[in-house]
Amino acid sequence: MPEVIDHRPGRQPQPQPVQRVRRDPAPSRLKYRLERMWLRPIWRRTVRIGLPAFLVAMTAGLWLADEDRRASLTDGIDGLVQKVQSREEFMVRMMTIEGASPVVDKALRAMLPVDLPASSFDIDLTALRLQVMQLDAVETIDLRIKPGGILSAVVKERVPALLWRHGRGIEILDASGHRVASVTSREVRPDLPLIAGEGADRAAQEALALVDAAGPILPRLRGLVYRGERRWDVVLDHGQRIMLPAEGGAVALEAAIALHRQQDLLGRDIDVIDLRNPSRPVMRLGVDARNTIRSVRGLPPLGPDGKVIDEKQGG
Amino acid sequence: MAALYQTQRAMRNMRRAALQRGVIGILDVGTSKISCLVLNFDGTGTFRETDGVGPMAGQANFRVIGAASTRSRGMRHGEIETMAETEKAIRTVVAQAQKIAGVRVDHVIACISGGRPASYGLAGEIPLASGKVTEHDVASVLAACDVPDFGRGREVLHAQPVNFAVDNRSGLADPRDHAGNKLACDMHVMTVDGDAVGNLVQCIRRCDLELAGIASASYAAGRASLVEDEQELGAACIDFGGGGTGVSIFIRKHMIFADTVRIGGNLVTQDIAQGLRVPLPVAERLKTLNGGIEATGRDDRDMIEVGGETGDWESDRRTVSRADVIGVMRPRVEEILENVRQILDAAGFDYLPSQQIVLTGGGSQIPGLDGLATRILGPNIRCGRPLRIDGLAHQFTDPSFSSAVGLALFAAHPQDEWWDFEMPVDSYSARSLRRAYRWFRNNW
Repeated sequence: MPEVIDHRPGRQPQPQPVQRVRRDPAPSRLKYRLERMWLRPIWRRTVRIGLPAFLVAMTAGLWLADEDRRASLTDGIDGLVQKVQSREEFMVRMMTIEGASPVVDKALRAMLPVDLPASSFDIDLTALRLQVMQLDAVETIDLRIKPGGILSAVVKERVPALLWRHGRGIEILDASGHRVASVTSREVRPDLPLIAGEGADRAAQEALALVDAAGPILPRLRGLVYRGERRWDVVLDHGQRIMLPAEGGAVALEAAIALHRQQDLLGRDIDVIDLRNPSRPVMRLGVDARNTIRSVRGLPPLGPDGKVIDEKQGG
Repeated sequence: MAALYQTQRAMRNMRRAALQRGVIGILDVGTSKISCLVLNFDGTGTFRETDGVGPMAGQANFRVIGAASTRSRGMRHGEIETMAETEKAIRTVVAQAQKIAGVRVDHVIACISGGRPASYGLAGEIPLASGKVTEHDVASVLAACDVPDFGRGREVLHAQPVNFAVDNRSGLADPRDHAGNKLACDMHVMTVDGDAVGNLVQCIRRCDLELAGIASASYAAGRASLVEDEQELGAACIDFGGGGTGVSIFIRKHMIFADTVRIGGNLVTQDIAQGLRVPLPVAERLKTLNGGIEATGRDDRDMIEVGGETGDWESDRRTVSRADVIGVMRPRVEEILENVRQILDAAGFDYLPSQQIVLTGGGSQIPGLDGLATRILGPNIRCGRPLRIDGLAHQFTDPSFSSAVGLALFAAHPQDEWWDFEMPVDSYSARSLRRAYRWFRNNW
């Protein structure tokens, strides 16, 4: 403290600027070693990734070690999922079915696994569709959930085209040969042509083509018989039958119909028109016609079994 | 010599390991500053494509990824005076360079500028039994050089074969497979004070670094600042450092002589401080900002405020003219150059075919130095900057970093040393047999 204080402005003793302590720029040995350790990649990775990951895993593990906390956590998650799924926007309230007959309609409604209204998350459309497709009467179904909570099912049913009589009963087939339903007798669907024979359902399209080709003899057509899973016999009334080749059956049938038109072939007493070899049609006469020819020739008449009728015995 | 052989071999293996790892540090411990470069070697030369500077004089297989420099502490005349201080300075600079490079440096190559280097030219000669020079003969002729008494406590720093002669065909760089009857070689051996090297090694060890090589600072400065033609035809590199001025003479791409003058820039600073009665930091500032060699009339009027914090107004408001500073500096610089002249004369520099002299180091930045050097040393003078190397920042391309750059070149392309050749069998077989015998006896 000076003895004489100068009070003039600007002459007061200025506070001495604090002498800045010159710090040693050199890092201490410890700091130097730590810096060098930090520059090792493995150490960096351990501290930057390993340690946080370990801490997170440790905390989560300790927290989840308690049974009650785990239960409350799963409950909370389930509740949240439930809450979202049962929102108004996801609810399905009604089901509309288009293009289905009442029977199919009823079956479809019975197949729906949940009671409406239900959340759309609970309806598995793919599984439901696969289940519905197992119904024979349904050809395709288009299932979708429309806005407004409508489960829409657009059904295309199979169209009955044929009746197939086989050893276990009579079935209705559609044009592709797929089963539609079973019937108890022919009279249920007299409008459908009848086919028979093993494997006839697989050749249903050929049968339909033959029925189309039958044209003028359609009123006389009683049915088609599939022979040896290979070729068709056209069975007419009066026991007449047209045997068709394995390939080109429709053409052969048209040829037979042309013959019938020209010469009224089927109006005569002919049992079988054999067209199995189309280039060489063969006809088998009826018993009466054959016997008439034989009597004109002076030969004894033959019976249906092909043996000479002995008039002495036959009386 | 066998111990030297082993230690140098160990250092060479460490250098190879470091090159394999790809990162090596360069530590230039000088009297006025310590600089550290971190080199990244890739070995395939892929850095060449990226820089677009060209082939970089063949130095394209490494890249500087970190460089730092700091004021040196505890050094005097290129030797360590206070170990703890120097260790701190090394820690500072290595930590900074590592931080810039982002990698950890484990192996360093260091250079020593002091230690009273001494150069010896050795000659050896052997007859060739097979009439042809084999690899073994090269090692034998190197071992056959007659080694003078280096004195107590001297360590061999460099031992480079500079010339081979087969019969009367001299000047061979690689004599292998030459046919002839006798093989002669000339070897340049440079020794320094063993304690100085030991102190440096100890300091580096204490910083957790492994020493992968050690070189003379004047050799490194010559490698960096002499261009290839000068190294081939003969040139002297004068490295004006802080504590000493290194002189190295190169011919045919080999150093054939090296010495130091133990007067450097620090003494010039001291002269200014004494002559103008200013503190040393102010003297240093005067030297670097206003120093010079040639005084002109304008320098008399160029007044420099010295400043000061003594509290004495008369003293603190003092000014000196630039001519005063120059007048103090010039005699000392002249003295340095005279000493260099004596060294060059002693080395027989006048007999070299080309007498190019390259000034480098921090002191070579004094304006007008080349003019004075022309008068004292000879007509062919230039101020040399170190060779460009890839990735080195601009502030490190100063002449004062030529030893650091030279060390980088030394790390990338070391010249053959005596210990790079296999030691001839007869000189160590007895000892190794004895060792094997002892090992068997101890273990069975």
